[in-house]
Amino acid sequence: MTATETLGADAQNSSEAALIAAILAGDREKFHILILPYESQLFRTAFALVKNAEEAEDVVQDAVLKAYRKLGSFRGDAKFSTWLIAITLNEARGRLRKENRTIVDSLDEQREENADFTPAALTDWNEIPLALLERKEIRELVQQAVAELPDTYREIVTLRDVEECSVLDTAHLLGISSALVKVRLHRARMLLQKRLAPQLNRAIKASSKSTSDRPRKRSLFRRTPWF
Amino acid sequence: MVLKCRHVWDHISGYIDGALDPEVRANVERHLATCEICSAILDSTRNIIILMADDRVFELPVDFSKRLHARLDDVLKHEYPEPA
Ligand SMILES: [Zn+2]
Repeated sequence: MTATETLGADAQNSSEAALIAAILAGDREKFHILILPYESQLFRTAFALVKNAEEAEDVVQDAVLKAYRKLGSFRGDAKFSTWLIAITLNEARGRLRKENRTIVDSLDEQREENADFTPAALTDWNEIPLALLERKEIRELVQQAVAELPDTYREIVTLRDVEECSVLDTAHLLGISSALVKVRLHRARMLLQKRLAPQLNRAIKASSKSTSDRPRKRSLFRRTPWF
Repeated sequence: MVLKCRHVWDHISGYIDGALDPEVRANVERHLATCEICSAILDSTRNIIILMADDRVFELPVDFSKRLHARLDDVLKHEYPEPA
């Protein structure tokens, strides 16, 4: 995290603390503002577990109402966002339990050891222009690949790569060690790369024939300062 | 130390997250400088991570926020948070 980001996060934390204090003191309407930045994050968390948009929406609504009612028990030692995500995970898990659709909590060791985490060896990877995301087909390839990951991997990848939670927060949320987060994340990313990279490459090649938006070889990450 | 491709693959995720020990990182970088295949694996993985973080990929349902705040409104009007 850069110094500016840290300052930004601190400012956000303190304004959140002020909002929470105001709500608890009776200014209830402020709860709308408090949760606004996290709505999409909560939806993605719920969706990763229940895998259905309508149900995920119900989960988020229930979780947000619960967060409001329990706001007095929020302790400032955790981040508010992490607290909200934890409530949402619980709601989603509760719903799955009720329907007897349990998340596979610990992967079968044997299966995990035997799974093929070898990446797809491409010699001609083409940089993906972010503009390609305007195309539904590209978005669907990514959604599909994430949706079809084994449960445990989908959870990890959603928290870390879709919502960009830290390793520590992810470990805390899932009740596993940071080391296990890293191992599972690595495997999840390799499974995604193996499946998705060849598909994306084909889609990009097909599109670069028909449009002037030609993909550039490995130029994206040089232009993106966050890596 | 010279790393084989297979060993580099084990470190792709850690490399992207900047979580490798400096020595391992240096070895990985030395390998990447000369290996097209591992470079392509790194780049494609990195790209996929960028795609997943893009808000356009996992979009909210239409009027999701509107419905959420409407439901919330009902509760906010009638209830205070529970005492801690
Ligand atoms: Zn190599």
